[in-house]
Amino acid sequence: MYAFEIDRPNTLADAVKALGAEEAQALGGGQTLIPALKQRLASPARLVALSGVAEIKGICTGDDGALCIGGGTTHADVAAGAGAYPALAALAANIGDPAVRNRGTIGGSLANNDPSACYPAAVLGSGATVVTTNRQIAADDFFEGMFTTTLEDGEIITEVRFPVPEAASYQKFEQPASRFALVGVFVARFADGVRVAVTGASEEGVFRWSEAEAALSKDFAPAALEGLSLSGDGMISDLHGSGDYRAHLVAVMTRRAVAAAG
Amino acid sequence: MPEVSMTVNGKPAKGQIEGRTLLVDFLRDTLGLTGTHVGCDTSQCGACVVHVDGRAVKACTMFAAEAEGAEIRTIEGMAEPDGTLHPIQAAFREHHGLQCGFCTPGMVMSAAALLAENPTPTEAEVRDYLEGNICRCTGYHNIVKAILAASGQDVSRIAAE
Ligand SMILES: Cc1cc2nc3c(=O)[nH]c(=O)nc-3n(C[C@H](O)[C@H](O)[C@H](O)COP(=O)(O)OP(=O)(O)OC[C@H]3O[C@@H](n4cnc5c(N)ncnc54)[C@H](O)[C@@H]3O)c2cc1C
Ligand code: FES
Ligand code: FES
Repeated sequence: MYAFEIDRPNTLADAVKALGAEEAQALGGGQTLIPALKQRLASPARLVALSGVAEIKGICTGDDGALCIGGGTTHADVAAGAGAYPALAALAANIGDPAVRNRGTIGGSLANNDPSACYPAAVLGSGATVVTTNRQIAADDFFEGMFTTTLEDGEIITEVRFPVPEAASYQKFEQPASRFALVGVFVARFADGVRVAVTGASEEGVFRWSEAEAALSKDFAPAALEGLSLSGDGMISDLHGSGDYRAHLVAVMTRRAVAAAG
Repeated sequence: MPEVSMTVNGKPAKGQIEGRTLLVDFLRDTLGLTGTHVGCDTSQCGACVVHVDGRAVKACTMFAAEAEGAEIRTIEGMAEPDGTLHPIQAAFREHHGLQCGFCTPGMVMSAAALLAENPTPTEAEVRDYLEGNICRCTGYHNIVKAILAASGQDVSRIAAE
């Protein structure tokens, strides 16, 4: 690791101020950033740890019934506290391993937008809203491709607002060495339609499978997906699986998610 | 250099750190508590697991600065002061839950966190909880058996495979 200073502010206002410094970067749970720093893939002059900022931690229900999760809330706390949205709690309970879940945060996961991460599928599949220190961003506008989002320098994710669907499920085909998703599919049925978000597959990062959404909005059953398939072009191809294999898995995991959501 | 202070195994501890000082390096190099091991550079092996305010954390993936004011428990804090092993440690010895022992500190700390949350886990729950603890030697079977035994469950029918 290159040398840097660490700030540990206790308020969001102080965190924003600290992030205004030259080459400053936010530190969430560090479960992605610290391994990256060890490999010298990042060289911030200053890290601003968000772990002391209580106002961006915790879970509550908004006036509109949405489940609001603070950007600094750990995966373990979402697993334990998001009972109002069981598919989301189950997703959080299956990220990495217990020690990763005790530190890693939803804000860090979304800001990082790893193409194989779990939370981006939940956020896009639920049509959630990402709230930052500057603005509110609809899920459809937030993710901009592998490891890229619309976040600007110094912008902190303070909250994520999830509309709670009538039925939902996240099915993850685990890549056992990394514990990330080889392919993961989040399916959510709302009164006005179905959303299907896919992670782990595309070179562009998380995406919505619109043909499956249309078919499932008419008939929310695994059989409705018969005959639908995705092309392996543009899918991630690596030693764990070819693009064609991933494309095939997306259809399998979507069927499983629909069956599990019921 | 900034200073950090925390409670480690019930005793106050403090020392000088850099921003980039990892908790595991503070424990090992500054405090001389070398029971906590480092087995990887990628946050995947779990040899470094300690408890931070009661929760299992990879000490290689947390900065010492963030442990300011925290209660830390390491493998050195498990046995009684007179050397009597903690029941989980005793069960690892009894059931051959270790060979080279490199992964054992992390395994024991993860097991302790599991049993604090879930005092009588099933075999599947133990295996699931140990997902982030890698062992190159044992094949896990006797580790799982030791943890089930430490939870007070009868393991006489679990055969050594
Ligand atoms: C062994 C292992 C297994 C894992 N398995 C999975 C898995 O199965 N599924 C999965 O989805 N993830 C997995 N992860 C990643 C884990 O979920 C991370 O916690 C997460 O990706 C990053 O969150 P963090 O809070 O640790 O962020 P950090 O590592 O601290 O930061 C990541 C990035 O986000 C930025 N950032 C952090 N917080 C904020 C914020 N509030 N606002 C704006 N920017 C912010 C940082 O500046 C940095 O660029 C795994 C990690 C490990 C080590
Ligand atoms: S040393 Fe491998 S996870 Fe910490
Ligand atoms: S006993 Fe050798 S690594 Fe587990």
